[in-house]
Amino acid sequence: MKRIPLTVWLTLEVFAATWASSSFAEDNVLNMTQGVTQISEEVYHLHMLIFYICCAIALVVFGAMFYSIYKHRKSKGAVAAHFHESTKVEIVWTVIPIIILIAMAIPATKTLLAMEDTSQSDLTVKITGSQWKWHYSYFEQDIEFFSLLATTQNQIDGIEAKGAHYLLEVDNPLVLPINRKIRFLLTSDDVIHSWWVPDFAVKKDTIPGFINEAWTKIDKPGVYRGQCAELCGRAHGFMPIVVHAMAEDEYDVWLEGKKAELALAKQQAVDALSSELSMEELMQIGETIYVERCAVCHQGNGEGIPGAFPAIKGSKIATGDIDVHIDTIVNGRAGTAMQAFANQLTEQEIAAVITYQRNGFENNTGDVVQASDINSFNTPSQGSKEGQ
Amino acid sequence: MKTSTPQNEKSSPVADADLSRANSSIALDHEEHHAPKGLARWVFSTNHKDIGTLYLWFSFIMFLTGGAMAMIIRAELFQPGLQLVEPHFFNQMTTVHGLIMVFGAVMPAFTGLANWMIPMMIGAPDMALPRMNNLSFWILPFAFAILIASLFTEGGGPDFGWTFYAPLSTTYGPDSTALFVFSVHIMGISSIMGAINVIVTIVNMRAPGMTWFKMPMFVWTWLITAFLLIAVMPVLAGAVTMVLTDKYFGTSFFDAAGGGDPVMFQHIFWFFGHPEVYIMILPSFGIISAIIPAFSGKKLFGYHSMVYATCSIALLSFLVWAHHMFTTGMPVFAELFFMYCTMLIAVPTGVKVFNWVATMWRGAMTFETPMLFAIAFIVLFTIGGFSGLMLAIVPADFQYHDTYFVVAHFHYVLVSGAVFSIMAAAYYWLPKWTGHMYDQRLSLWHFWCSIISVNVLFFPMHFLGLAGMPRRIPDYAIQFADVNQIVSIGGFAFGLSQLIFLWLVIKCIRGGEKVGAKPWQRAEGLEWTVPSPAPHHTFSTPPKVD
Repeated sequence: MKRIPLTVWLTLEVFAATWASSSFAEDNVLNMTQGVTQISEEVYHLHMLIFYICCAIALVVFGAMFYSIYKHRKSKGAVAAHFHESTKVEIVWTVIPIIILIAMAIPATKTLLAMEDTSQSDLTVKITGSQWKWHYSYFEQDIEFFSLLATTQNQIDGIEAKGAHYLLEVDNPLVLPINRKIRFLLTSDDVIHSWWVPDFAVKKDTIPGFINEAWTKIDKPGVYRGQCAELCGRAHGFMPIVVHAMAEDEYDVWLEGKKAELALAKQQAVDALSSELSMEELMQIGETIYVERCAVCHQGNGEGIPGAFPAIKGSKIATGDIDVHIDTIVNGRAGTAMQAFANQLTEQEIAAVITYQRNGFENNTGDVVQASDINSFNTPSQGSKEGQ
Repeated sequence: MKTSTPQNEKSSPVADADLSRANSSIALDHEEHHAPKGLARWVFSTNHKDIGTLYLWFSFIMFLTGGAMAMIIRAELFQPGLQLVEPHFFNQMTTVHGLIMVFGAVMPAFTGLANWMIPMMIGAPDMALPRMNNLSFWILPFAFAILIASLFTEGGGPDFGWTFYAPLSTTYGPDSTALFVFSVHIMGISSIMGAINVIVTIVNMRAPGMTWFKMPMFVWTWLITAFLLIAVMPVLAGAVTMVLTDKYFGTSFFDAAGGGDPVMFQHIFWFFGHPEVYIMILPSFGIISAIIPAFSGKKLFGYHSMVYATCSIALLSFLVWAHHMFTTGMPVFAELFFMYCTMLIAVPTGVKVFNWVATMWRGAMTFETPMLFAIAFIVLFTIGGFSGLMLAIVPADFQYHDTYFVVAHFHYVLVSGAVFSIMAAAYYWLPKWTGHMYDQRLSLWHFWCSIISVNVLFFPMHFLGLAGMPRRIPDYAIQFADVNQIVSIGGFAFGLSQLIFLWLVIKCIRGGEKVGAKPWQRAEGLEWTVPSPAPHHTFSTPPKVD
């Protein structure tokens, strides 16, 4: 049959493409990144080593097969031989692969042992995943903050043009110093997430109720981006990770600045407790918070997704007892996807969003909730927060 | 293998025809006496060929259904941004696509082939437990009706991935999770019944002289597959039951707050899940081991080592489950253990590939469509094997895990592996099933369209994964846009190509060039000793094999 050379050609083409991909080594649009840590570089070289070994094996095996397909065909007058076993050959092609595998296993084991050695770290950052944001807490520094997707919904919906870092940008990036061994402690508040920054070759699951460890030591300052790698629900594709790696002196400046920023925010939150906002102001702040934090589940129109996420519009909580409403938002609902917002928002923001929920979406209860109402609300979770 | 019935290599066409007449006259007697017609024939059938046909059609319908869902996924991923579907629905599509393809398309297709071919290959008149055979098929449509119906409930169907990791599937799962659990239970019961039937048939109903080491490889691989099924389907049943009680009855198997462990779910799931992977590939090895010799004109090279390799793959499959879980934070000792065991699987798998190549070596090959698909299988499955080996290397796996590299890997193994072997089997045995040769021109169109599009579809996924695109996301960063577009185009082309196959099969059933008992001159095995189409009842008197 005339078509066979085409089979040969095509399959070789596929194979050649595999082979050729190595020439894209520098370009991480098509290959694994070399990253910016010693470990990530080792991982990259391990990846390439195994890739080349696979290519070599493929060349031999497929080479033999296609030679045979070309030579040993009936249409060329080939007559079938009669052999159908050979203990010697079979031992050879069992032993050779074992030797190759051992050759692969040795460097893999070495790199793995290094990757899992989290001892003697210089600083520790606790990473907590939750639907769908990251929380970073610096040990011994009194710094903690949430990190959320910064890409606008309009970009996602195609109303605005997409930016250069579409879906890979956050409001508060994790800031880390270079040249220091950083230990990560990873956990989750709800489902399993996975914290992945390809440039560090760090990917570790965050598991509710358990703490995982990982580490990195960054060689170059820069901005490194990653994403949640474990399916974690509706907005799994929308919880990126951004790390700013800085020279050590810059990092120290950042630390002081961040501490001052957080202290100021805390002070403002305390000040806000005694201030009363008008309905319009509360509604305005509330809408912003709602879009940022609530709409991902309860939807922009407040109708939720029946059977998955309850509606705000006309709901018993948003139109019923205010205390229940406050409790739901401050402490969350155990055993459901509703998380506690006591740590995530200021009292004023919580008050605003509750006011917004009780008066928007045709709920029109006329209720106005002020920051002081939230503060006077007994929040048992506050105590446990301190204890963490 | 030599048989004493006049069907060995030297048998004359006349002798074949004699036997054909003998068999068909027996068949006619039976049919005249008690063969229901119309719908009743299919609903109440206890005949292995009818049930095999039901399984094969069911799996093909499911293949198209799951394929349609893949088209939705690829359409959404055609460009960055959210265009067509909502992320919540996107997750349901990836989940149900996976469940349908695994439990609805690939597994029933193999069971269908087992039903049709195993009795004819071992010279048995039917499956050992024909009523159970009927039941094991007829509960399947209900399982999938429940699963698909759950998509239309409030809150939607399962959206936690086909691996349904807790607590996403428990505390955070949709209300319809109970439907998912029940449908998986039914699928499991069906598979277990099918597996029991295969084992009992092979152990008890081989024709005189059909000793263990004379059984065709397809029978061997299915026997081992059946044991795997019996070993692990109950584990899956346990996992879904624990999900059910965690979600609805307040237990805490997978909830740390109640003393459970979410990672334990993954251990249980993958203790099922990894052998499951081999359940979906071992019968393929059997098919390829039948086709390659038939079109090379040589006996299968290293038959015994093939059997031993299959057994070792099956045993090793119980020792490697945690290689799906390297990023969960296992102790380093466990990571090393599972890495070494996983790498070890490359040895028996390599033996298989080498044996096939050695079978082709110095043969006298012809390249009919079954052979083309078999060759494509060897090449593309091996590429999937290579990426599997890469994934076994733990440090590199940290970068590959949960990216499109994994998606590329298992689609190479399952689509251009398992599905291509099923296509090869269909072309190989269609003349036996229908009595007609398929339309060869159409079959070549199907083959070439499939092999080109399957690579356009899955090969670039390797690059996406290496460049850092996570799997199971409905939207992605700008740098992945071009490659995703190529992948989607390949996806649509591959989907459409399968319609050629649908048309070809219908055409082949309705007519075509008539074939004799043995349309492939150099094929071996008892199935070629009965006429084509195979009469309703074959081997009512067992043949003698020596």
